[in-house]
Amino acid sequence: MTSLLTYTFKNLPSTSKWALRFCVRPLSSSSQLQAAAASQTKSKKTLAKPNIRNIVVVDGVRIPFLLSGTSYKDLMPHDLARAALLGLLHQTSVPKDVVDYIVFGTVIQEVKTSNVAREAALGAGFSDKTPAHTVTMACISSNQAMTTAVGLIASGQCDVVVAGGVELMSDVPIRHSRKMRKMMLDLNKAKTLAQRLSVISKFRLNFLSPELPAVSEFSTSETMGHSADRLAAAFAISREEQDEYALRSHSLAKRAQDEGLLSDIVPFKVPGRDTVTQDNGIRPSSLDQMAKLKPAFIKPYGTVTAANSSFLTDGASAVLIMAEEKALAMGYKPKAYLRDFMYVSQDPKDQLLLGPTYATPKVLEKAGLTMNDIDAFEFHEAFSGQILANLKAMDSDWFAQNYMGRKAKVGSPPLEKFNNWGGSLSLGHPFGATGCRLVMAAANRLRKEGGQYGLVAACAAGGQVGHRSLIGASRKLFS
Amino acid sequence: MVASRAIGSLRRFTASRTLRCSGYICRSFTRSSVLLTRTHLNYGVKGDVAVIRINSPNSKVNTLSQELHSEFMEVMNEVWSSSQIRSAVLISTKPGCFIAGADLNMLNACTTSQEVTQISQEAQKTFEKLEKSTKPVVAAINGSCLGGGLELAISCQYRIATKDKKTVLGSPEVLLGILPGAGATQRLPKMVGIPAAFDIMLTGRGIRADRAKKMGLVDQLVEPLGPGVKPSEERTIEYLEEVAITFAKGLADKKITPKRDKGLVEKLTSYALSIPFVRQQIYKKVEEKVRKQTKGLYPAPLKIIDVVKTGIEQGSNAGYLSESQRFGELAMTKESKALMGLYRGQTQCKKNKFGAPQKEVKQLAVLGAGLMGAGIAQVSVDKGLQTILKDTTLPALGRGQQQVFKGLNDKVKKKTLTSFERDTMFSNLIGQLDYRGFEKADMVIEAVFEDLNLKHRVLKEVEAVIPDHCVFASNTSALPIGEIATVSKRPEKVIGMHYFSPVDKMQLLEIITTEKTSKDTTASAVDVGLRQGKVIIVVKDGPGFYTTRCLAPMMSEVIRILQEGVGPKKLDSLTTSFGFPVGAATLVDEVGVDVAKHVAENLSKDFGERFAGGSLEMLRQMISKGFLGRKSGKGFYIYQEGVKNKNLNSDMDSILASLKMPSQPDVSSDEDIQYRLVTRFVNEAVLCLQEGVLATPTEGDIGAVFGLGFPPCLGGPFHFVDLYGAQKIVDRLRKYEAAYGKQFTPCQLLVDHANNPNKKFYQ
Repeated sequence: MTSLLTYTFKNLPSTSKWALRFCVRPLSSSSQLQAAAASQTKSKKTLAKPNIRNIVVVDGVRIPFLLSGTSYKDLMPHDLARAALLGLLHQTSVPKDVVDYIVFGTVIQEVKTSNVAREAALGAGFSDKTPAHTVTMACISSNQAMTTAVGLIASGQCDVVVAGGVELMSDVPIRHSRKMRKMMLDLNKAKTLAQRLSVISKFRLNFLSPELPAVSEFSTSETMGHSADRLAAAFAISREEQDEYALRSHSLAKRAQDEGLLSDIVPFKVPGRDTVTQDNGIRPSSLDQMAKLKPAFIKPYGTVTAANSSFLTDGASAVLIMAEEKALAMGYKPKAYLRDFMYVSQDPKDQLLLGPTYATPKVLEKAGLTMNDIDAFEFHEAFSGQILANLKAMDSDWFAQNYMGRKAKVGSPPLEKFNNWGGSLSLGHPFGATGCRLVMAAANRLRKEGGQYGLVAACAAGGQVGHRSLIGASRKLFS
Repeated sequence: MVASRAIGSLRRFTASRTLRCSGYICRSFTRSSVLLTRTHLNYGVKGDVAVIRINSPNSKVNTLSQELHSEFMEVMNEVWSSSQIRSAVLISTKPGCFIAGADLNMLNACTTSQEVTQISQEAQKTFEKLEKSTKPVVAAINGSCLGGGLELAISCQYRIATKDKKTVLGSPEVLLGILPGAGATQRLPKMVGIPAAFDIMLTGRGIRADRAKKMGLVDQLVEPLGPGVKPSEERTIEYLEEVAITFAKGLADKKITPKRDKGLVEKLTSYALSIPFVRQQIYKKVEEKVRKQTKGLYPAPLKIIDVVKTGIEQGSNAGYLSESQRFGELAMTKESKALMGLYRGQTQCKKNKFGAPQKEVKQLAVLGAGLMGAGIAQVSVDKGLQTILKDTTLPALGRGQQQVFKGLNDKVKKKTLTSFERDTMFSNLIGQLDYRGFEKADMVIEAVFEDLNLKHRVLKEVEAVIPDHCVFASNTSALPIGEIATVSKRPEKVIGMHYFSPVDKMQLLEIITTEKTSKDTTASAVDVGLRQGKVIIVVKDGPGFYTTRCLAPMMSEVIRILQEGVGPKKLDSLTTSFGFPVGAATLVDEVGVDVAKHVAENLSKDFGERFAGGSLEMLRQMISKGFLGRKSGKGFYIYQEGVKNKNLNSDMDSILASLKMPSQPDVSSDEDIQYRLVTRFVNEAVLCLQEGVLATPTEGDIGAVFGLGFPPCLGGPFHFVDLYGAQKIVDRLRKYEAAYGKQFTPCQLLVDHANNPNKKFYQ
């Protein structure tokens, strides 16, 4: 799970003058004070850290997230990643040669393009002198890409980094069985006909059975849906609650889509197909319809169904991250600061999906904020049950005391500030690309709704990883 | 992760109907008004479902006692008579236990088979009523569901079990020398088929929930939950109850049928079993197998077959009658008394009488990566104990590490471990050639070669590097711990831990304390042993301690019997037919001829004539020819990799011929040969108690059965004396004493027991 704090720059004046004004600001102290007074009641902190560079998200984009097996099904992952990179270039007009580094996150690796960041960057026309690497950390892979970028900039290694993520679930590497692979490799080494024949003679029909990518958690052999169902049961979350939450997600996403709020989407002309302009997984249904579905994992009495889980998705996203002074010098009007982040891990069996609960209080404490300071929450919705379980866990003193070693609960985020433009349940969840979507959703919401701090959180497979980032929107600083 | 999603998305396209458990919504019901408190049970009504919760007071487990039985009947009568209630759920609120079985004290209190039959018939009646209940009853099983507990559960209309490691279903009655006496012999064959029913009842093994589901023993599984806003265990039981209620409602509404779909193989099998001829063949086959394995020493398995057969061939009335009668008869047999005694002993030897140690052992070190050392390491790492395995050479260490890995990997193959669990366990093992890290060790167990000088050297080396609190344990089968401790700077920290080979299979651990060993050191050793899953006896130091000391005179007799011209095969069959799991000659091969000679020489020095008998020359000659037993491929038998039927080693003929002694005809009948072996064993065991080497007869029995393979049907040497009669044993000893002299002189304690028939080791 990740969380990022974003500041939006909502009230900034037009970009070109903005840099100038910024320089002037310390001088015009009186107006500054006045402006600050208004927002001071809400938060006294800028979250800027001494001796550490301020890091900003200039902007971010994503191609539409599609149900897997639809328009992107004949493409390869680097095609999607390239589309996201081109979209980012177009949106930000950043000169390619300014980019110091590119990091992408992905989960299911296409073996032909195992460093998908590099393949996509080269294809998108970035300089072949720009290094690129790929990271993987299950559902928070692109969070990891972004925080890697933060690290590179904070340590002074780079000024401008593109971070992103990609996932193509329409195609996954299905391998030959280990026995078959071994035979093929042996065959390669065999020199004489006799040797080859002896290798081939060992062939058995069962060698042909294919090996699918891991269905279950490697350490516990439990599928995630199963885990989510157990988690929902552990927190006594009913099927109805889960369906209601899923419906909320779809309805909010639909509204956001209709109102044109999902402005991080860039259209993608798919070769041989029509241009894709919007997400296709948003399908608000009715509770009655949803109630008809059978449980997908724990049968026949489980509560997690296809309707209250996120679906298999294809998609890619990318964000442009810069050192603040660089962005300003280049005349950008950045969308948000990336302030603080935190990764946590816990028991992969029973707490697989509880990362946000663990990470939230920690990152807030680290930043010196409370739940009340946050204006926009963007949590990754793997399953309705998972989100609701996290909300309950955050609201439980018992859980805080017994499992988190804290004196009291941190409290659950108010729903009116929570995933207001839909979430992974409705928009889709291309594993490697979701993190960037969350950050951009938080940043755009802060700008639109006028908030100051955003909190992004996601859970991931492998047990652990709750990662939250605090995204600070800096109205106060810059207005 | 991916696949889970994949499944999820696929679900979208599948039709969505069938049992959407109607009542599932009612997860958060309110407590009902009817809540009568009883001692073992209480029940409440949720909607139209009665929830009967079992929780016997002041006990870790629920047992099917008479009070519980009558309370249950009371409650069920209320359920049946209430118009408000349409179905019921039966659940235990005790973590880790549904019902662990019938109350053994209830059976022990009976003095005649009629009383026991009576108990059985009452239970049968109750369960039959339950089975015929028009209101469906769902058994919600979390934790052990054994014996009477299983019989209760299979009388219900539906069973839901948690897929927890602690949830085990089984009919272990056969292990106590009795049979399931409350209808299981009649219901199980119908429920899971005749072969599976035989398997459950004749082996007594525990069946895990997922396997039980496959067999049709339970209808639904519930995954144990992690922590929520309550502790996991509590919430899991609550969840199980909620799920069970939805099914109870479904059953009452006839939305769910308790019948399950059978697979093709199952259908074919059940068809085949409908042919009387096929059934006869099965009875015959099972009976043959049982006879071969039990050698007719255990009556219970044969009776189980008989009762099952009666029920199927002559109808259930005859079956139930036969079940209750055989149950009564079996409960009165010596075998059953012996086995129940062992069961109680085993429970006692799984407790730490010495209390909790001041400092729990977290870091263990094992010296010597041989068979024993690696075995000790294996049973430690798989319980999560950090273990250093040290040897002096890389190949020896590598062999030991491989042994540990193989032991764990075999469990993966049997699916009792996942490969991931294996890897985490194996990571608890650190193999090394030096003493690095010993400064953090809380206990060092040395398993180096049995040589006093070597043990002294090792002890000194280790004491130079370990911290003050660290316990030094010696794994030796015969070297007195006191002698090993003579070179120690801190003898209060020196103790003996005698493991048995193969360590991962043999349950016994014999802990040896010297006069100087501190109580905390003992507590620490027992604690480690218990964590390793061992049954523990604590004995006083002395040559051969308890186990080796009892075995030695018997081994001496083995050699004499061989010298008298009884062949190894004949000897083996005589000993196994007496109830020993391994024949006497084979045992020598397994232990190792060199080890046997080493021990025999040492002990005969200490005990003199009492340990005499056969000539050690036989062992010496075998060693000189390289016949060391299984490890060298040749001993009395020839051992070959992959060959199952072992052949006699014909090269032994000349050795046996050269040492031949005339036999004494009046003490050389088959029975005499058996008793010559056993009485020497028993006499020595009783002497150990007399001398205070043993603290209790229980430990003597447990040590003999679990460490040395003393016939379990006899219950160990002390149970044997009690059940067989001390006088008869003394008579036998006197007879053999007349032929062979002092080796057979009965010890004083045994004579006392013979003189006073009221004196028993177990009152």
